Amino acid sequence: MEIVSYIFLIIGGLFFLLGGLGVLRMPDTFNRIQAGTKATTLGVFSTLIGVAFANPDWIAKVIVIIVFVAISNPIGSSAIAKAIYNSKNVPGNLVIDELKERGEDNDNDVV
Amino acid sequence: MKYFTTFITLLLVYLLLAGFQVNEVILGSVLSVILTVILTKYVDYKIDILFPIRFLKFLFIYIPVFIYKLVLANLDVARRVLSFKIPLNPGIVKVKTDIKGDLGKLTLANSITLTPGTLSIDVEDDVIYVHAIDVKGKNKKEHSKNIAGTFEKILGGIFK
Repeated sequence: MEIVSYIFLIIGGLFFLLGGLGVLRMPDTFNRIQAGTKATTLGVFSTLIGVAFANPDWIAKVIVIIVFVAISNPIGSSAIAKAIYNSKNVPGNLVIDELKERGEDNDNDVV
Repeated sequence: MKYFTTFITLLLVYLLLAGFQVNEVILGSVLSVILTVILTKYVDYKIDILFPIRFLKFLFIYIPVFIYKLVLANLDVARRVLSFKIPLNPGIVKVKTDIKGDLGKLTLANSITLTPGTLSIDVEDDVIYVHAIDVKGKNKKEHSKNIAGTFEKILGGIFK
Protein backbone atom coordinates (compact mmCIF):
# COMPACT_ATOMS: atom_id res chain seq x y z
CA MET A 1 0.00 0.00 0.00
CA GLU A 2 2.74 2.42 0.98
CA ILE A 3 4.81 1.55 -2.07
CA VAL A 4 1.87 2.14 -4.43
CA SER A 5 1.30 5.52 -2.82
CA TYR A 6 4.97 6.44 -3.24
CA ILE A 7 4.86 5.44 -6.90
CA PHE A 8 1.85 7.68 -7.51
CA LEU A 9 3.46 10.57 -5.63
CA ILE A 10 6.64 10.24 -7.67
CA ILE A 11 4.70 10.14 -10.95
CA GLY A 12 2.79 13.24 -9.84
CA GLY A 13 5.99 15.05 -9.01
CA LEU A 14 7.45 14.06 -12.35
CA PHE A 15 4.49 15.58 -14.20
CA PHE A 16 4.80 18.79 -12.18
CA LEU A 17 8.47 18.91 -13.17
CA LEU A 18 7.56 18.42 -16.83
CA GLY A 19 4.94 21.16 -16.54
CA GLY A 20 7.45 23.57 -15.10
CA LEU A 21 9.96 22.67 -17.77
CA GLY A 22 7.26 23.20 -20.41
CA VAL A 23 6.47 26.67 -19.07
CA LEU A 24 10.17 27.50 -19.26
CA ARG A 25 10.92 26.03 -22.67
CA MET A 26 7.83 26.81 -24.77
CA PRO A 27 8.33 29.85 -26.97
CA ASP A 28 5.00 31.70 -26.64
CA THR A 29 2.15 32.29 -24.22
CA PHE A 30 -0.51 29.92 -25.53
CA ASN A 31 1.87 26.98 -25.72
CA ARG A 32 3.06 27.73 -22.20
CA ILE A 33 -0.51 27.66 -20.92
CA GLN A 34 -1.06 24.33 -22.67
CA ALA A 35 1.96 22.69 -21.11
CA GLY A 36 1.15 24.13 -17.70
CA THR A 37 -2.52 23.11 -17.66
CA LYS A 38 -2.13 19.52 -18.82
CA ALA A 39 0.85 18.62 -16.70
CA THR A 40 -0.53 20.18 -13.53
CA THR A 41 -3.95 18.54 -13.94
CA LEU A 42 -2.54 15.02 -14.18
CA GLY A 43 0.07 15.91 -11.56
CA VAL A 44 -2.66 16.87 -9.08
CA PHE A 45 -4.66 13.73 -9.89
CA SER A 46 -1.66 11.49 -9.41
CA THR A 47 -0.51 13.16 -6.20
CA LEU A 48 -3.99 13.00 -4.68
CA ILE A 49 -4.38 9.33 -5.61
CA GLY A 50 -1.04 8.71 -3.91
CA VAL A 51 -2.38 10.49 -0.81
CA ALA A 52 -5.53 8.37 -0.93
CA PHE A 53 -3.44 5.18 -1.00
CA ALA A 54 -1.30 6.38 1.90
CA ASN A 55 -4.32 7.27 4.03
CA PRO A 56 -7.49 5.42 2.93
CA ASP A 57 -9.72 7.43 5.32
CA TRP A 58 -9.37 10.47 3.07
CA ILE A 59 -10.53 8.79 -0.12
CA ALA A 60 -13.91 10.57 -0.20
CA LYS A 61 -12.31 13.99 0.22
CA VAL A 62 -9.75 13.15 -2.44
CA ILE A 63 -12.52 12.30 -4.91
CA VAL A 64 -14.28 15.61 -4.24
CA ILE A 65 -11.02 17.56 -4.67
CA ILE A 66 -10.24 15.73 -7.93
CA VAL A 67 -13.66 16.59 -9.34
CA PHE A 68 -13.28 20.27 -8.44
CA VAL A 69 -9.77 20.46 -9.89
CA ALA A 70 -10.86 18.68 -13.07
CA ILE A 71 -13.59 21.29 -13.58
CA SER A 72 -11.78 24.45 -12.49
CA ASN A 73 -8.31 23.94 -13.96
CA PRO A 74 -9.29 24.00 -17.68
CA ILE A 75 -11.75 26.85 -17.07
CA GLY A 76 -9.01 28.91 -15.47
CA SER A 77 -6.60 28.36 -18.33
CA SER A 78 -9.32 29.18 -20.89
CA ALA A 79 -10.04 32.43 -19.07
CA ILE A 80 -6.35 33.34 -19.07
CA ALA A 81 -6.04 32.51 -22.77
CA LYS A 82 -9.10 34.60 -23.62
CA ALA A 83 -7.76 37.54 -21.60
CA ILE A 84 -4.43 37.28 -23.44
CA TYR A 85 -6.15 37.23 -26.80
CA ASN A 86 -8.30 40.22 -25.93
CA SER A 87 -5.29 42.17 -24.66
CA LYS A 88 -3.89 42.07 -28.23
CA ASN A 89 -0.62 40.45 -27.18
CA VAL A 90 -1.11 37.63 -29.65
CA PRO A 91 2.13 35.82 -30.50
CA GLY A 92 3.16 36.26 -34.11
CA ASN A 93 3.86 32.63 -34.94
CA LEU A 94 0.27 31.47 -35.56
CA VAL A 95 -0.16 29.72 -38.89
CA ILE A 96 -3.89 30.35 -38.93
CA ASP A 97 -6.08 32.62 -36.80
CA GLU A 98 -9.80 32.16 -37.23
CA LEU A 99 -10.64 34.10 -34.10
CA LYS A 100 -9.58 37.27 -35.91
CA GLU A 101 -12.38 36.88 -38.44
CA ARG A 102 -14.95 37.31 -35.72
CA GLY A 103 -14.23 41.03 -35.64
CA GLU A 104 -13.84 43.35 -32.68
CA ASP A 105 -14.63 41.73 -29.40
CA ASN A 106 -16.31 44.30 -27.22
CA ASP A 107 -17.28 42.34 -24.17
CA ASN A 108 -15.05 43.19 -21.25
CA ASP A 109 -16.14 40.43 -18.92
CA VAL A 110 -12.85 38.57 -18.92
CA VAL A 111 -10.26 39.98 -16.52
CA MET B 1 -37.28 15.01 -9.23
CA LYS B 2 -35.31 18.23 -9.53
CA TYR B 3 -35.55 18.98 -5.81
CA PHE B 4 -34.66 15.42 -4.86
CA THR B 5 -31.58 15.20 -7.11
CA THR B 6 -30.27 18.60 -6.02
CA PHE B 7 -30.77 17.70 -2.36
CA ILE B 8 -29.01 14.33 -2.69
CA THR B 9 -26.07 15.84 -4.57
CA LEU B 10 -25.54 18.62 -2.04
CA LEU B 11 -25.84 16.26 0.91
CA LEU B 12 -23.40 13.82 -0.66
CA VAL B 13 -20.77 16.50 -1.28
CA TYR B 14 -21.18 17.76 2.28
CA LEU B 15 -20.88 14.29 3.77
CA LEU B 16 -17.89 13.36 1.63
CA LEU B 17 -16.09 16.45 2.90
CA ALA B 18 -17.21 16.29 6.54
CA GLY B 19 -17.35 12.55 7.27
CA PHE B 20 -20.27 10.23 7.99
CA GLN B 21 -21.38 10.94 11.58
CA VAL B 22 -24.89 11.39 12.93
CA ASN B 23 -24.57 15.08 13.80
CA GLU B 24 -22.94 15.83 10.44
CA VAL B 25 -25.83 14.11 8.65
CA ILE B 26 -28.36 16.27 10.53
CA LEU B 27 -26.50 19.53 9.92
CA GLY B 28 -25.83 18.59 6.29
CA SER B 29 -29.51 17.80 5.68
CA VAL B 30 -30.63 21.15 7.09
CA LEU B 31 -28.08 23.07 5.01
CA SER B 32 -28.92 21.05 1.89
CA VAL B 33 -32.65 21.80 2.26
CA ILE B 34 -31.95 25.52 2.55
CA LEU B 35 -29.57 25.50 -0.44
CA THR B 36 -31.96 23.40 -2.51
CA VAL B 37 -34.79 25.90 -1.96
CA ILE B 38 -32.51 28.82 -2.90
CA LEU B 39 -30.96 27.10 -5.92
CA THR B 40 -34.20 25.84 -7.46
CA LYS B 41 -35.75 29.27 -7.03
CA TYR B 42 -32.99 31.45 -8.44
CA VAL B 43 -30.90 29.25 -10.76
CA ASP B 44 -32.37 27.97 -13.99
CA TYR B 45 -31.59 24.34 -14.75
CA LYS B 46 -33.46 21.18 -15.62
CA ILE B 47 -33.17 17.62 -14.40
CA ASP B 48 -35.38 15.03 -16.08
CA ILE B 49 -36.22 11.38 -15.53
CA LEU B 50 -33.33 10.18 -17.69
CA PHE B 51 -30.78 11.93 -15.49
CA PRO B 52 -29.53 8.80 -13.66
CA ILE B 53 -28.99 6.94 -16.95
CA ARG B 54 -27.10 9.87 -18.42
CA PHE B 55 -25.05 10.17 -15.27
CA LEU B 56 -24.08 6.49 -15.48
CA LYS B 57 -23.18 6.92 -19.15
CA PHE B 58 -21.05 9.89 -18.17
CA LEU B 59 -19.31 7.88 -15.46
CA PHE B 60 -18.58 4.72 -17.43
CA ILE B 61 -18.12 5.93 -21.02
CA TYR B 62 -16.86 9.50 -20.78
CA ILE B 63 -14.54 9.27 -17.76
CA PRO B 64 -12.31 6.38 -19.03
CA VAL B 65 -11.89 8.05 -22.43
CA PHE B 66 -11.14 11.33 -20.67
CA ILE B 67 -8.45 9.82 -18.47
CA TYR B 68 -6.91 7.97 -21.43
CA LYS B 69 -6.77 11.22 -23.41
CA LEU B 70 -5.36 13.11 -20.43
CA VAL B 71 -2.49 10.64 -20.10
CA LEU B 72 -1.89 10.87 -23.86
CA ALA B 73 -1.86 14.67 -23.60
CA ASN B 74 0.76 14.53 -20.88
CA LEU B 75 2.96 12.16 -22.83
CA ASP B 76 2.59 14.55 -25.77
CA VAL B 77 3.67 17.50 -23.63
CA ALA B 78 6.58 15.46 -22.28
CA ARG B 79 7.68 14.53 -25.78
CA ARG B 80 7.57 18.14 -26.94
CA VAL B 81 9.29 19.55 -23.87
CA LEU B 82 12.08 17.01 -23.85
CA SER B 83 12.84 17.11 -27.56
CA PHE B 84 15.83 19.21 -28.53
CA LYS B 85 13.97 21.55 -30.87
CA ILE B 86 10.31 21.90 -29.91
CA PRO B 87 8.05 20.83 -32.81
CA LEU B 88 5.49 23.60 -33.30
CA ASN B 89 2.89 24.57 -35.86
CA PRO B 90 0.44 26.60 -33.80
CA GLY B 91 -2.81 28.20 -34.87
CA ILE B 92 -6.27 29.19 -33.69
CA VAL B 93 -9.04 27.09 -35.21
CA LYS B 94 -12.81 27.30 -35.21
CA VAL B 95 -14.61 24.14 -34.09
CA LYS B 96 -18.33 23.78 -34.73
CA THR B 97 -20.36 21.74 -32.27
CA ASP B 98 -23.88 20.29 -32.33
CA ILE B 99 -24.23 20.20 -28.56
CA LYS B 100 -26.85 22.69 -27.37
CA GLY B 101 -26.84 22.86 -23.57
CA ASP B 102 -24.50 25.10 -21.61
CA LEU B 103 -23.26 22.25 -19.43
CA GLY B 104 -22.54 20.10 -22.49
CA LYS B 105 -20.58 22.89 -24.13
CA LEU B 106 -18.63 23.50 -20.92
CA THR B 107 -17.70 19.84 -20.69
CA LEU B 108 -16.71 19.74 -24.35
CA ALA B 109 -14.53 22.84 -23.99
CA ASN B 110 -12.86 21.42 -20.89
CA SER B 111 -12.26 18.10 -22.62
CA ILE B 112 -10.68 19.91 -25.56
CA THR B 113 -8.36 21.77 -23.21
CA LEU B 114 -7.16 18.54 -21.65
CA THR B 115 -6.68 16.55 -24.86
CA PRO B 116 -3.30 16.44 -26.64
CA GLY B 117 -2.16 19.72 -28.15
CA THR B 118 -5.31 21.80 -27.88
CA LEU B 119 -6.57 24.64 -25.68
CA SER B 120 -10.06 26.12 -25.95
CA ILE B 121 -9.99 29.90 -25.81
CA ASP B 122 -13.57 31.05 -26.22
CA VAL B 123 -17.07 29.63 -26.62
CA GLU B 124 -19.65 31.51 -28.64
CA ASP B 125 -23.06 30.03 -29.50
CA ASP B 126 -22.16 26.84 -31.37
CA VAL B 127 -18.52 27.65 -32.07
CA ILE B 128 -15.52 26.90 -29.91
CA TYR B 129 -12.26 28.72 -30.72
CA VAL B 130 -9.36 26.36 -30.13
CA HIS B 131 -5.63 26.97 -30.02
CA ALA B 132 -3.78 23.93 -31.38
CA ILE B 133 -0.05 23.33 -31.07
CA ASP B 134 0.03 21.37 -34.29
CA VAL B 135 -2.61 22.28 -36.90
CA LYS B 136 -3.30 19.20 -38.98
CA GLY B 137 -5.53 18.77 -42.02
CA LYS B 138 -6.07 20.87 -45.11
CA ASN B 139 -9.42 22.59 -44.56
CA LYS B 140 -11.65 23.71 -41.71
CA LYS B 141 -13.76 20.57 -41.56
CA GLU B 142 -10.72 18.40 -41.01
CA HIS B 143 -9.57 20.70 -38.21
CA SER B 144 -12.86 20.34 -36.38
CA LYS B 145 -12.87 16.61 -36.82
CA ASN B 146 -9.30 16.19 -35.62
CA ILE B 147 -9.89 18.20 -32.50
CA ALA B 148 -13.40 17.50 -31.25
CA GLY B 149 -14.41 14.27 -33.03
CA THR B 150 -14.31 11.60 -30.31
CA PHE B 151 -15.56 13.73 -27.47
CA GLU B 152 -18.38 15.25 -29.44
CA LYS B 153 -19.69 11.80 -30.30
CA ILE B 154 -19.60 10.67 -26.68
CA LEU B 155 -20.96 13.87 -25.17
CA GLY B 156 -23.69 14.13 -27.81
CA GLY B 157 -25.21 10.97 -26.36
CA ILE B 158 -25.07 12.30 -22.82
CA PHE B 159 -25.99 15.97 -23.08
CA LYS B 160 -28.49 17.14 -25.65
